[in-house]
Amino acid sequence: MDGSDLTLLNHRNSNEEPVIALAGNPNTGKSTLFNALTGLHQHTGNWPGKTVLHSRGHYVYQGINYTVVDLPGTYSLIANSIDEEVARDFICFQKPEVTVVVADATCLERNLNLVLQIMEITSQVILAVNLMDEARRKKITIDDKELQRRLGVPVVPMEARQGVGVSELKDTIAQVIDRRIVPHPRLVRYEPDIEDAIALLEPQIIRALGDGISARWLSLRILEGNLDIVKNFLPASLIKEAV
Amino acid sequence: MNIKLPQLRPGQRGIVQEIQGEGLTRRRMLDLGMVPGTLVEVVRRSPLGDPVAYQIRGAVIALRKDEASYINVTTC
Repeated sequence: MDGSDLTLLNHRNSNEEPVIALAGNPNTGKSTLFNALTGLHQHTGNWPGKTVLHSRGHYVYQGINYTVVDLPGTYSLIANSIDEEVARDFICFQKPEVTVVVADATCLERNLNLVLQIMEITSQVILAVNLMDEARRKKITIDDKELQRRLGVPVVPMEARQGVGVSELKDTIAQVIDRRIVPHPRLVRYEPDIEDAIALLEPQIIRALGDGISARWLSLRILEGNLDIVKNFLPASLIKEAV
Repeated sequence: MNIKLPQLRPGQRGIVQEIQGEGLTRRRMLDLGMVPGTLVEVVRRSPLGDPVAYQIRGAVIALRKDEASYINVTTC
């Protein structure tokens, strides 16, 4: 993607209806939640790559029309696969007003990797902890208040298949959009030498790209040596300097 | 005993010691939850022996032998 595409994608009329992205690991009930939100009975199933082309739907809550985009299920946003690339580009460039990360309550730990990655890209994050009923059956209890405190983003416990938590989620989305709730993601602090390097790179990225894209997230990708991602975003001169 | 992950047999468990490899391959293993200290259990082999299904941090993940060979585990 070159610079002109970037401008094009970044431009969105503020009068348009808010866009909500659904992200999450595979098999967390993301598509079920999408259907519960939008009332669509889109086919859901359990095979890889099911949602490579993301589906869109709409719902109305308190007189406001929302667009929901169901992103492919991924473990990461580092773009190992086309699925990850689709999800990452959508969150980075389309800048949804809110990204809802859907997590599986029965194996929450493994879902938090993606949650933390998305929190590095955007602060407009809500964590929907789905499959609470299955977790209960497995004698797993989730302290959603403590989770919310530690992550710094709103946490909504859900059983999307039964419709439990759907109206709470819609309400939380509305509150984040009109700033009644302001998420303050508690970001991962890396080792001092990495944080020092980020501090060097960040201002240069902001100078080159403005604050449209998380400079911290891009700094980390540069430091990983992941130049494939980075060259989608940065002028070549800056990459050379960073390397 | 320190072995490579594909050497574990169905039902056996191991603790991840080290992920070899670099860049995206390594990153992918980490993203799947394969970080040092992780308990991995072999759930079953596919009929042809590859890929193999592993239980990792509450999810079953299928890995090909060439991917799993990057992971060193100790048996337990």
